[in-house]
Amino acid sequence: MWTAVLLACVGCYLLKLAGLSLPERVLHHPTVERVADLIPVALLAALVAVQAFSAGTSLTVDARALGLGFAVVALLLRMPFLVVVVGASVVAAVARLL
Amino acid sequence: MTDAALTPNERSGIVRDGLAVGVATGAYGIGFGAVSVASGLSVAQTCVLSLLMFTGASQFALAGVVAAGGAPMSGAATALLLGTRNTLYGLRMAPLLAWRGWRRLAAAHVLIDESTAMSVNRGTTEAARLGFLTTGWSVFVLWNLATVAGALAGEAVGDPRTFGLDAAVGAAFLALLWPRLASRRNVLVAILAAAVALSMVPLTAPGVPVLAAGGVALLVGVLARRPDRTGAPADGAPAEGAPADGAPADDAGREDSAAGGHR
Repeated sequence: MWTAVLLACVGCYLLKLAGLSLPERVLHHPTVERVADLIPVALLAALVAVQAFSAGTSLTVDARALGLGFAVVALLLRMPFLVVVVGASVVAAVARLL
Repeated sequence: MTDAALTPNERSGIVRDGLAVGVATGAYGIGFGAVSVASGLSVAQTCVLSLLMFTGASQFALAGVVAAGGAPMSGAATALLLGTRNTLYGLRMAPLLAWRGWRRLAAAHVLIDESTAMSVNRGTTEAARLGFLTTGWSVFVLWNLATVAGALAGEAVGDPRTFGLDAAVGAAFLALLWPRLASRRNVLVAILAAAVALSMVPLTAPGVPVLAAGGVALLVGVLARRPDRTGAPADGAPAEGAPADGAPADDAGREDSAAGGHR
């Protein structure tokens, strides 16, 4: 775990430094920019799905789905980040008690 | 660095904005600390991520992949993919900040969504540097303090399922994703990516589905010839200039979504 943590830390720093050091035209291409814009969207959406609906290598629907449902409602109502996250936990915890 | 081209009023305004963004991200830091420990990282590993990686979405991603049972290296790879965003910020900020040597090395560490958003639209190098530094370092300090608090709280809870902390992880990712769903193309990519990831869950080792979903971004980005709402010309010309040319209201929205978006 430590190796992965430290490698990722160094890598992320080098990615930042590369941006400040490379000449601007190197990555100045519409396709590169489009892909770079879409990568966070795709990865975050995948993380949401995998977090909420999988356990190991199987697909499951459990209390976490209810928590995610609360998060959707809270985001639609423009609630702050902490309310979204804490509320989702509370909903999931209560659902497990019932 | 201070050659008094800015009036005291302008200076304090920029500093105040930077500090406000720093305080706002503290909340996310608590969330990260708790989520990371709930994912199975130690308090020390959680704090090292905030100190050394210091880019919120990547940190959440590493913890999230590990929480889903993925190999730590898959988590690291996902974090790096998300970190490529900062490279593009750097390309845009480099001519504006115009730093070399050790200053550039130090500035690179706090090159994140928030510091970029709070300085990219400043007219002068001095104003951009001031906005970049106050935002970057106030976020750094408060993000790290909040991480420690969140990690210790998460550790005190013990089993993450007790208070539904395992559900908090997905909610946190959704909150990070939400501001990016403004355009139809992004919504499409998000749905496709989620579907690809879920369909691969039974077939591959944990952690791989998320990385595979990154392929959706690559595919759509390469195939999409038409610009999506941004009106960028097909080749070469100033797609990158568009944000800076926007009306003030548009800029404010951008800062908002960048500051709230990725932490």
